[in-house]
Amino acid sequence: MTASPDVIFNTTQIPYLLTLLIFLPTAGVAVMAFFQNDTHIKHVAFWTSAAEFCLSLGLYAWFDPATHRMQFAEVAQWIRTPPIHYALGIDGISLWLILLTTLLTPICVIASWTAIRTRVREFMIALLVMETTMVGVFCALDMVLFYVFWEMMLIPMYLIIGVWGGPNRIYAAIKFFLFTLSGSFLLLIAIIVLFMQGGHTFDIQALSRTHYSPTLQAWLFWAFFAAFAVKVPMFPLHTWLPDAHVEAPTAGSVILASVLLKMGAYGFLRFSLPMLPQATLRFTPIILSLSVIAILYGAYMALAQSDLKKLIAYSSVSHMGFVTLGIFVFNTQGVEGAILMMVNHGITTGGLFLCVGFIYERTHSRLIADNGGLAKPMPRYATCLVILALSSLGLPGTNSFVGEFLVLVGTFLRTKTIAAVATLGIILAAVYLLWMVRRIAFGVPSEKTARLPDLNWCEMASLVPLLILVFWIGIFPNPFLAPMHTSVAHLFDQMNRAADTSPSLPSPVRSLP
Amino acid sequence: MIVFSPSELLAILPELLVMTAGCLVLVLDPVLSASRKEWLAYLSLGTLGTAFVAAYWFMGTPTQSIFSGLYTLDDYGTFWKLLLISVSALIVLLAKANLREEQIDIPEFYAFILLSLAGMMVMVAATDLLVIYLGIELMSISLYVMAGFKRFERRSMEAAAKYFILGSLSSGILLYGISLLYGRTGSTALGAIKAGIATLPAADPILLLAMTLLVVGFGFKVSAVPFHMWTPDVYEGAPTSVTAYLAVASKAASFGAFVRVFMEALGGLKANWQLLLLAICIATLILGNVVAIVQSNIKRMLAYSSIAHAGYALIGLVVADVAGTAGVLLYLALYAFMTLGAFAVVSMLRKGGLEGDEISDFTGLAKRNKWAALLMLLFMVSLTGIPPTAGFIAKFYIFMAAVNAHMTWLAVLAVIFAAVSAYFYLHVIMVMYMREPGGVSGSPGQGVRIAVSPAITVVLAIAALGVVLLGLFPNPIVKAAQSAILPLP
Repeated sequence: MTASPDVIFNTTQIPYLLTLLIFLPTAGVAVMAFFQNDTHIKHVAFWTSAAEFCLSLGLYAWFDPATHRMQFAEVAQWIRTPPIHYALGIDGISLWLILLTTLLTPICVIASWTAIRTRVREFMIALLVMETTMVGVFCALDMVLFYVFWEMMLIPMYLIIGVWGGPNRIYAAIKFFLFTLSGSFLLLIAIIVLFMQGGHTFDIQALSRTHYSPTLQAWLFWAFFAAFAVKVPMFPLHTWLPDAHVEAPTAGSVILASVLLKMGAYGFLRFSLPMLPQATLRFTPIILSLSVIAILYGAYMALAQSDLKKLIAYSSVSHMGFVTLGIFVFNTQGVEGAILMMVNHGITTGGLFLCVGFIYERTHSRLIADNGGLAKPMPRYATCLVILALSSLGLPGTNSFVGEFLVLVGTFLRTKTIAAVATLGIILAAVYLLWMVRRIAFGVPSEKTARLPDLNWCEMASLVPLLILVFWIGIFPNPFLAPMHTSVAHLFDQMNRAADTSPSLPSPVRSLP
Repeated sequence: MIVFSPSELLAILPELLVMTAGCLVLVLDPVLSASRKEWLAYLSLGTLGTAFVAAYWFMGTPTQSIFSGLYTLDDYGTFWKLLLISVSALIVLLAKANLREEQIDIPEFYAFILLSLAGMMVMVAATDLLVIYLGIELMSISLYVMAGFKRFERRSMEAAAKYFILGSLSSGILLYGISLLYGRTGSTALGAIKAGIATLPAADPILLLAMTLLVVGFGFKVSAVPFHMWTPDVYEGAPTSVTAYLAVASKAASFGAFVRVFMEALGGLKANWQLLLLAICIATLILGNVVAIVQSNIKRMLAYSSIAHAGYALIGLVVADVAGTAGVLLYLALYAFMTLGAFAVVSMLRKGGLEGDEISDFTGLAKRNKWAALLMLLFMVSLTGIPPTAGFIAKFYIFMAAVNAHMTWLAVLAVIFAAVSAYFYLHVIMVMYMREPGGVSGSPGQGVRIAVSPAITVVLAIAALGVVLLGLFPNPIVKAAQSAILPLP
């Protein structure tokens, strides 16, 4: 990869900024070797991830929203034959996902402060290694590098679920691993095929400029689909998610819901759309249908859950349906809404999982029936829960409203029927979330729940940042949307350019004002 | 009388060194007093080190045909020799740690390692089928003895007997194939056979029969399905250091000879043997990975895993172009580290004077010895083929070769079964990390002792470093494999 026109090299005061971001957590793991005491190890993990977050704020500060090119880029040769590069860079799409990751990791460390009692060191190592791989996935500009980070995260996540999880953790961990791995392996073959057909390069941007034959695009599309749809998860590949969420420890659920699921959607945005536009258009009806099914099915399943974590897990399936819906309507509103919705879902669902974790630590039950009437004994808790639930159901003034609204506008512009059906999902979300809130916050406290202590400062510290963001994005979303505009517009340029080469297809992508 | 020059002797210096040291160990063994027998292990190690340097010395020198064309000194042979010598050195260390635990601390063991290594080196460097056959026999006979080294244990005896009978059968089949080739082409030299085949019609039935017999013979040695029957029993019964040697060195050397014979001598029949190997490769991938799932003994599980890995390596030979053959070399070199490491961890587990070789013996290992568990995790992850380990690099290059040769479907099939393999590799991780070690007698993992010794620490460190470093920075080994196949046509 020579100096490509698509990248702007890192010119900030901090050299190797992205490399630093990726490997700072790993350095934290190395520092842990010098400590024996569990409390010290927790401190190391927290301060490392907090430093990481502060560093990542620099990305936002130095980010230039006026260009679609990859910023803070770094390129070095990694493997000579075939040419694989250690190539990093971010644009307006990955920026937010990186910030989301770095925000949630310290929160997860705090959430695990008392929840994780055994093998603390190993847990914190797994968490920090996860952070390295997650940031790496969003920064990688080389397909093999992307794949390496993408696959690497399986092992720590497998251990987080399997070692620190609930009673049925082993089944859940293996199911998670095998589902994801099967999809990923097909992705590997697709990457190799792209390399062979796309001019012997693994450079994501160079591959996005190449045109592939429609047949090949179709094959590659489904190979990508296998990897990304499992991660999202799209119906009908979602079955690992409820198991994994229910069994994972709180921090694991948060990471899983907030970041891991986004990787699938990110994969669609980064690979499927720009590289395979014709196949994407061809199969759009299928994806849209699956998204709508996911929205309704997830919501419908959530209605029937008595387990809090399962309820939120199915609501994730429903919400991620909105994300894929927004991506595959191909207009500015839809895609920007989808990206914002990924961030929102990370914040809101992450927060909800934290709430479940806090109550589970107190009552050792995740059943809605066992945890009634918490507003009296735990007013702070109830307030947070209500805010997060209202955000999750898309109340105006909260973050999810903006995202869902944009997605629905985008969908409406494309097909009114789908928009109408998808709106049902929001109504159902209101039903199951309000029902949950009514039972948990406002029911009559049982003897057991009446004496529960309210949230302590440590728990509040992990929720408050999320609550601030809920309102910030909800009321003033522009700073969050602004950096996306050029990147999303560029995405459409890439799609249109590829569609132009075959004039038989109508230009489908509309960039509306 | 055949006359040869001293320079020819110099060219086989590594072989000569290893062979001489092997004989020396046999001679010195009865002479030395019991307390000094340990020296023989160091003698073996020293020789292997010297042989490695000597072999490395020839790296990059122009190909040199010696002993009237029976033997060659080329980068292809040197690559394998370096790999085999390194593996043997690690096995000597492993044996040094393991033999005392097994109460078979007999220095003759080192002699057999050296002698079979000499056979392997002959296999990968000979350019005449009969010399290759001699190498195979020298290797095999030493290995038969090693498999039965625990002569007081029935399993070990059974393994040796089974290995000997089936091994002799396969050698016979191989020899029959060689004789047919000789009958049809009038020579046993690889180059002359190639020339002979070129003058014959492509569908000559005798030639095809000979080719098939060679595939059977070599298929047995690399334990490809359906010639894999001996593998699980022998791997289970043999002492762990021998199992590791079988799984790594013997397989690598057999692949070395396999690739050379088929690319050089039978290149004219490529279209035929590609088809035959394709069928074998698919069967190997499927059976190896699926049957491994139901194993409860870790050595049997690793045996099926080694069968499956032979399947991945075979993809390279099915492709049979530059990328494919380089892929085979790379695959086996990287596979060596992870498999050796896995067996080294297995050999550390002791249960009441015996090996703890059930998968359930790994229960809760992470609690009892976190380093052993972490290393086993690393090797299992690498065997699955997950980055950033050597196993990923190995699979990556093999899949690249398959896709490059327009056999994407084969690569897809291979990855599907790689996903299947994740199940049984993960099972070991699960048992180590997610189950508690039992306290009551009879519960899984109870009464298992972890025998740590300096020698095994060195083996594990080298294997782990190899898996991690070659996974992160594969450039040197990729380059070595790619330049090693240049002498092949």
